Amino acid sequence: MLSIRNIGKTYPNGTAALREITLDVGAGEIVAVVGGSGSGKSTLLRLISGLDHPTSGTIDVDGTRIVAPHPAVGIVFQEPRLLPWLTVEGNVGFGLAHLSRPERRHRVHQALKRVGLADYALRWPRELSGGQSQRVAIARALVARPSVILLDEPFSALDAFTRVELQDHLLEIWADTRPTLVLVTHDIEEAVALASRVVVLRPFPGRVAQVSDVKLARPRDRLSHSFDDEKRAILSALDTTLARRAPPAA
Amino acid sequence: MNRRDHRLDRIRQAALTIGLGAAGLAIFLAIWTLASLKLDNDVLLPPPADVLTTYGELIADGSLAGDVKASIVRVFAGFFAAASLAVPLALVLAYSRILRALVMPLIALIRPIPPIAWIPLAILWMGLGDPPSYFITAIAAFFPIFINAFAGGTSLVEEHVNAARSLGASPLALLTTVMLPSALPSIATGLRIGLGQAWMAVVTAELVAAQSGLGYMIQISRLSLETSRVLVGMTVIGLLGALMIGSLGVLERRVIVPWHYPR
Ligand SMILES: Nc1ncnc2c1ncn2[C@@H]1O[C@H](COP(=O)(O)OP(=O)(O)OP(=O)(O)O)[C@@H](O)[C@H]1O
Ligand SMILES: [Mg+2]
Repeated sequence: MLSIRNIGKTYPNGTAALREITLDVGAGEIVAVVGGSGSGKSTLLRLISGLDHPTSGTIDVDGTRIVAPHPAVGIVFQEPRLLPWLTVEGNVGFGLAHLSRPERRHRVHQALKRVGLADYALRWPRELSGGQSQRVAIARALVARPSVILLDEPFSALDAFTRVELQDHLLEIWADTRPTLVLVTHDIEEAVALASRVVVLRPFPGRVAQVSDVKLARPRDRLSHSFDDEKRAILSALDTTLARRAPPAA
Repeated sequence: MNRRDHRLDRIRQAALTIGLGAAGLAIFLAIWTLASLKLDNDVLLPPPADVLTTYGELIADGSLAGDVKASIVRVFAGFFAAASLAVPLALVLAYSRILRALVMPLIALIRPIPPIAWIPLAILWMGLGDPPSYFITAIAAFFPIFINAFAGGTSLVEEHVNAARSLGASPLALLTTVMLPSALPSIATGLRIGLGQAWMAVVTAELVAAQSGLGYMIQISRLSLETSRVLVGMTVIGLLGALMIGSLGVLERRVIVPWHYPR
């Protein structure tokens, strides 16, 4: 379980990116974070991942205070960010240096199989399509068996077909081991399709504007009226954040 | 297109490329032959056939091998000295702002001095023989290697660092798993260019400051008006240079940074 207490983040240049964010995410829950550009979504994920530090407040994962990158937290970035000098296998196994070679290979293979890329182990990242790269990035985040996986607009660079395919795929993976997912997205449909809760952030500085439950049974029918209703509810919440948005200090 | 067609196509392409290259060479040799027949002066321009005969003689008496060996030893000595200095220095400077500010102006001032301009100083310091040639080749190789390695060091992508950190890489691990590999393509380019520069510089150095090697051999042959020997020396320099740079290129694509090139 992920517990975010009163965190604030002001960058050294004075930009107040986040203020007073408090959020609890239960084990196995999927939370989507939406909000306008600059509302601090990426900042929030960076803080949870331990890549950056909050200026105030605390973050705990399963009772462990996050002060640096932690194996319990995996992250998938918007761009795949695979290391181009490592093969697919090398990328997925990057964080498993502490394991024995056979164990590592086994885990890597399992993870690649899980994302449907078992035959791609020896490819270079530049030999992959965007969707394949993002699958590898997901495998890389999965392989350490983190209890929390952070995804920062993971599918936004993909075409609509691939995006829906990967969303469904992500749900299948989630159903296997039920990790906690925190998904930043600008795609309301994606939020409604995946999340059990949607957090709407409001910018300047980033604060929580609204948290709403998505009360749809899984599997969800993207074409149903109730799906549309959920989308509309989130859109209207977003609307209010945008209307009140103050221009950033120059 | 299926895989077999694709391969056939590639073989056809390769055959065409090689064929055209050979044709270009043949045309060049033909023009050379015609020009030498027309001139009819073996001191100004002996025909390729004479040069070939001279090749035979120089190979038979072993003197060509001796000169080639002398030049190659010098090139590699200078090249390795330069590389082992330039790469670490460039990477350190790429990561340290203070050292960069300290050293970069100096480098900017020394870099425009052509290797050949160092020769008088090198002779004064070291006398004639091998040392000035080592020094000149090292100077020539140093700057291309340094400049490229520096560019490689500064081309670090923050996203790659973050990805590695989020997967638990320690600062030390970052150095070897992210920083060095990201600099490697540029380092490889620098090495290739540096080797080419070193090869040109060794010939220059030998023209003036040595008593063996291909450059020396050219110079001596000029004095004795043995032009076909001069041309043997020149063509060997061309062949070996192309061979060294070509093999380094292959090494680069296959071994050093295969991930940087499409298969
Ligand atoms: N490294 C940084 N230094 C200074 N300010 C930053 C830094 N990173 C982000 N910011 C600022 O913090 C605020 C929040 O940025 P963040 O990237 O978290 O927004 P976001 O919600 O992810 O936006 P987007 O939807 O465009 O990705 C912005 O005003 C941004 O300019
Ligand atoms: Mg962002």
